[in-house]
Amino acid sequence: MPVRSGGEAREATWTVWMRSAIGGDQAAYRRLLEALTPVLRQAALRGFARAGAGTGDVEDVVQETLLAIHLKRHTWDTSQPLMPWVVTIARNKLIDQLRRRGRRTDLPVDDFAEILPAPAERDPTEASDIDRLLGGLGERQRDIVRSIAVEDRSISATAARLEMSEGAVRVALHRGLKALAALYRREP
Amino acid sequence: MRTEDLLGALVADGGVLPTPLGRGLLVALIGGTVATAALFAVAVGPRPDVVEAARTVRFLVKFVECAALAIAAFVLVARLVRPGADRGFGPAALIAVAALLAGAVVVELVVVPSTEWGRRLVGANWMHCLGLIPLLSIAPFAALMLAARHGATTSPHLTGAVVGLVSAGIGAFFYAANCTDDSPLFVATWYTLATALVAGIGAAVGGRVLRW
Repeated sequence: MPVRSGGEAREATWTVWMRSAIGGDQAAYRRLLEALTPVLRQAALRGFARAGAGTGDVEDVVQETLLAIHLKRHTWDTSQPLMPWVVTIARNKLIDQLRRRGRRTDLPVDDFAEILPAPAERDPTEASDIDRLLGGLGERQRDIVRSIAVEDRSISATAARLEMSEGAVRVALHRGLKALAALYRREP
Repeated sequence: MRTEDLLGALVADGGVLPTPLGRGLLVALIGGTVATAALFAVAVGPRPDVVEAARTVRFLVKFVECAALAIAAFVLVARLVRPGADRGFGPAALIAVAALLAGAVVVELVVVPSTEWGRRLVGANWMHCLGLIPLLSIAPFAALMLAARHGATTSPHLTGAVVGLVSAGIGAFFYAANCTDDSPLFVATWYTLATALVAGIGAAVGGRVLRW
């Protein structure tokens, strides 16, 4: 084994987790997303600072990026390291958000290996893009996304509560997430 | 919604994996080609002297060029739809296709007297060429654009244009069997113009539909 710096070892672990996640290991998927979130947040903070934008909306970029990572994870070539793919998606979403805010968009994004996680999250009572965009979903989809995300119910519990089959809840959840990503894109 | 909450929903949705990207593109390529073949058989058909023509180099080179264009451009599309992937040998392969065409033109200019150049360039079928190549491109264009939407390109216009190149390559491959103009001078002018038209439409469409 070649000697690796801390950042490289961390990224190699994430690559392994994503491979497991794509193989159906949901625990590995959760670990990966939880590990990526603070790093994405720090990268977004830096990007906003560099563009001279206020950092109040950083969590919106983090959420949109996570959504894109999730919905586009089949575009990652599992034989390649994970992070160049993640960095490209993060940069794209950062540029999209800055463009919506009318900021310059020729931003370099740092190599994530050097980035330390940023723990701070904004005040949870503050309205975010995603809450506003949830309003653009159909009632059933919104109900299902909320039930699983905010109210922390399982798919089976949600299915029981809404008197639907688990399969139908899965389909509605997936469609709801795709619809959310599309609504981000349509933001002015 | 807290980011933590969103993660819960993503993990819950993580059990179902979307179709692998490469497979979707391949299905689109094959499906689009079959549809174009069917349209060609029904609505266009080969030229009457196709058997004799198949013994001439000029006729056969058209198919080599069109197939090479479609394949090289397809390889590049398959890279462009993956964020952060390098472009591999796709760009070099496209340049090789252009060089092949340029080489054929040079040979034609050498072996054909200059008094013949104009007649061969204009040919007999340029209006057919400009109409039929885009028409025969429609099926692969639609199928590949849909498959590319499933990907995540960071350059929607470029990817759309290259989807146009693949489709025009397929359309031109079939049209070449109908077309009675075999001179590289004709191919380099009119086939290229038709291809550029489809690529231009691809860039415009890609810019709209390939955002994610």
